[in-house]
Amino acid sequence: MSLTAYTGYESVPKETPDSNQGKMNPTHHLVLPGVHCVGCIHAVESTLAALPDVYSSRVNLSQRRVSISAATDADPSHWITALSSAGFEAFEAEAPQDRQDDDLLLPLGVAGFAMMNVMLLSVAVWSGAIDTTRDFLHWISAAIALPATAYAAQPFFRHAWSALSVGRLNMDVPISLAIILACGMSLYEVAQGGEHAWFDAALALTFFLLIGRVLDQRLRRRAKSAADDLAALEPSRVLRIEEGERKSRAIAEIAVGDKLWITAGGRVPVDAILDTDEVKIDCSFLTGESDPVLRRVGDPLYAGEVILSGPVVLRATAVGQDTTLRRIAQLVTNAEMSRGHFRSLAERAAAIYTPAVHIISAGAFTVWLLVTGDVRTALNVAIATLIITCPCALGLAVPAVAVAATSQLYRRGLLLTSDTALERLAQVDFVVFDKTGTLSSRVLTAPSNLNEQELGVLRALADASNHPLCRALSNNLIDAPVVQISDVREEVGVGVSAVWQGKTVRLGRRSGNESDVELRIDKDVIELVSEESLLPSAKAAIENLQKNGLHTAMLTGDNAANATRMANELGLDQVWSDVRAERKHEIIEDLKAEGKRVLMVGDGLNDNAAMAAAYVSIAPGSALDATRNAADIIIVSGDLSKIDGAIQTSRNACRRMKQNFAIAALYNTIAVPLAVLGLATPLSAAIAMSTSSISVVANALRGFRS
Amino acid sequence: MNILVFLVPCSLLLGLGALAAFVWTIRSRQYEDMEGDAARVLLDEDDMQTK
Repeated sequence: MSLTAYTGYESVPKETPDSNQGKMNPTHHLVLPGVHCVGCIHAVESTLAALPDVYSSRVNLSQRRVSISAATDADPSHWITALSSAGFEAFEAEAPQDRQDDDLLLPLGVAGFAMMNVMLLSVAVWSGAIDTTRDFLHWISAAIALPATAYAAQPFFRHAWSALSVGRLNMDVPISLAIILACGMSLYEVAQGGEHAWFDAALALTFFLLIGRVLDQRLRRRAKSAADDLAALEPSRVLRIEEGERKSRAIAEIAVGDKLWITAGGRVPVDAILDTDEVKIDCSFLTGESDPVLRRVGDPLYAGEVILSGPVVLRATAVGQDTTLRRIAQLVTNAEMSRGHFRSLAERAAAIYTPAVHIISAGAFTVWLLVTGDVRTALNVAIATLIITCPCALGLAVPAVAVAATSQLYRRGLLLTSDTALERLAQVDFVVFDKTGTLSSRVLTAPSNLNEQELGVLRALADASNHPLCRALSNNLIDAPVVQISDVREEVGVGVSAVWQGKTVRLGRRSGNESDVELRIDKDVIELVSEESLLPSAKAAIENLQKNGLHTAMLTGDNAANATRMANELGLDQVWSDVRAERKHEIIEDLKAEGKRVLMVGDGLNDNAAMAAAYVSIAPGSALDATRNAADIIIVSGDLSKIDGAIQTSRNACRRMKQNFAIAALYNTIAVPLAVLGLATPLSAAIAMSTSSISVVANALRGFRS
Repeated sequence: MNILVFLVPCSLLLGLGALAAFVWTIRSRQYEDMEGDAARVLLDEDDMQTK
């Protein structure tokens, strides 16, 4: 979107029923996958401002959404039309959930404030304050640190308690223990006029660990909002026939028995029976076969099927969670649950760390108690050990890298809908592709016997339409001569017609046989051939994957001849053809049993079970709702060449996480013996904690800028 | 050392001021859309005034 695009808009806020303009709560939310710059923000906001029923709107660039204030019963469909004519695809979305990481930002701010102030006071102590001055500084530190930790460390206390109350240990247990013991013991020491207080260490621990938590939460929220956005891509409105009139309604409002009006090219929103005489439908989402199927009046139609010849009238028989589509999606969700819990790097690190810390500090406490017989000394050593084992670096090691890597993938158009997808993707060694819809698509080709003028008309008509087939066709006809056509009219799902040199010309489905496409010039009819062709990005994508040592394979329901021809063209290592959905699932399970880490790339409902069984799965953005939900990663544009880059990024990220653990471990091998021997001071703890945390974060950010 | 009686409250006040500013940034939802706010700087002044 160029900056010159905003001319002639008018964005003065309109008179609204509320007096506090601009501060109104948004009533509607749209997802805008295409916004990416300041020009887009302006174009979207000014387009919406020009509409009479929009009070105000604001684009959120990070979430690629726009929130709109309007009357609560306003119909968003014409805003979507207005935005699409301004060049932005828009989809209606649910209101976003209340933000949760604000809850953590405030504790983070409090911990940061308290840490810095106590650190200042501690510097004075370390540089040699004695007697009453030291006690005075310690008391002020206590006055800041105790309320601050009591508030800011609550997230850790809560998690630790919920683990302890079911008899388990997690990483928050030693953290909470360290914070509480450090504060309690320091208070006692200060009251005794003691030399060492650990207030700054307790606060630094809270602060650094909270940074890790905020990053972690941000990651989860991004994955969740990606999943929400995908849900929004499914049509959310439908025309319901009410007393003879067609009214636009949200799908959620549709009840069993309602009459619905679907135009050609539309998707059936709910399970229904047909009220129109007969209709051709595309049920490829269920079978994987793209040949149209004929249904007659009274026949059932299932949610997700596409009406090819229309318009039709349906009567709803099952809605919401009861539709066949939902039930299949539910099966997939169940399959994913039973896939077995993936143990992430962070969990494995915590599993080693947590018991080790408890054993070492308890050991230090017992030995010192036995040797010196002094509880106070022994307790001080145990606290020093707890604090200095540096869970800060561990707490930052994974989230800092994960945030950097997912942001990079997000900027490249890859959405991760699961928070462990990054680590799983890194381990992939076998890539399985579905054929139709993933590696290939149907394209129209012009017969070779067309003359120049006919080619020109064909190109002009194809240029005029937004249909994917026309898009692909006009790309192929880039060399055709340019001719002028007028009165262009497009009938969605049927065809596009226009006037050329006084004659009616039309490109579209042939009447009576919806799978064939024809070009009509006045009375002449020219048949176009629709054939399967490979996606332009497929070959390069597969070559790159192979170059990086990945095994590539194709899994398709198509016949062996077609499958082999395509596989040879792409240079795939392996082909399975004539495979039905259940068999696809079995093949993936077999590969798994051989110890392969399979990445399944698919777009159809018939791939869903296989995708759920695979180690990790990818779907193009054009896939159906249920399929996208089954996938761990979505490629918004469907460009397969991004898969290789994504695998490289994820491997890079995992390498970085392991480096970070190594850095943390290195600090510990130096610090822990000192702490156990009773040589650690609050000063050395402060240095170790800060340097390890900073080096871990710096290492994480290295190299993830795009 | 009497200077501490003056300087310590001073540093605390400064710190509290910063904390208050941070709380304000959270309340006024400035972390909602960091990418968008960075981009909005580039919008033309004249355009903004007509809003």
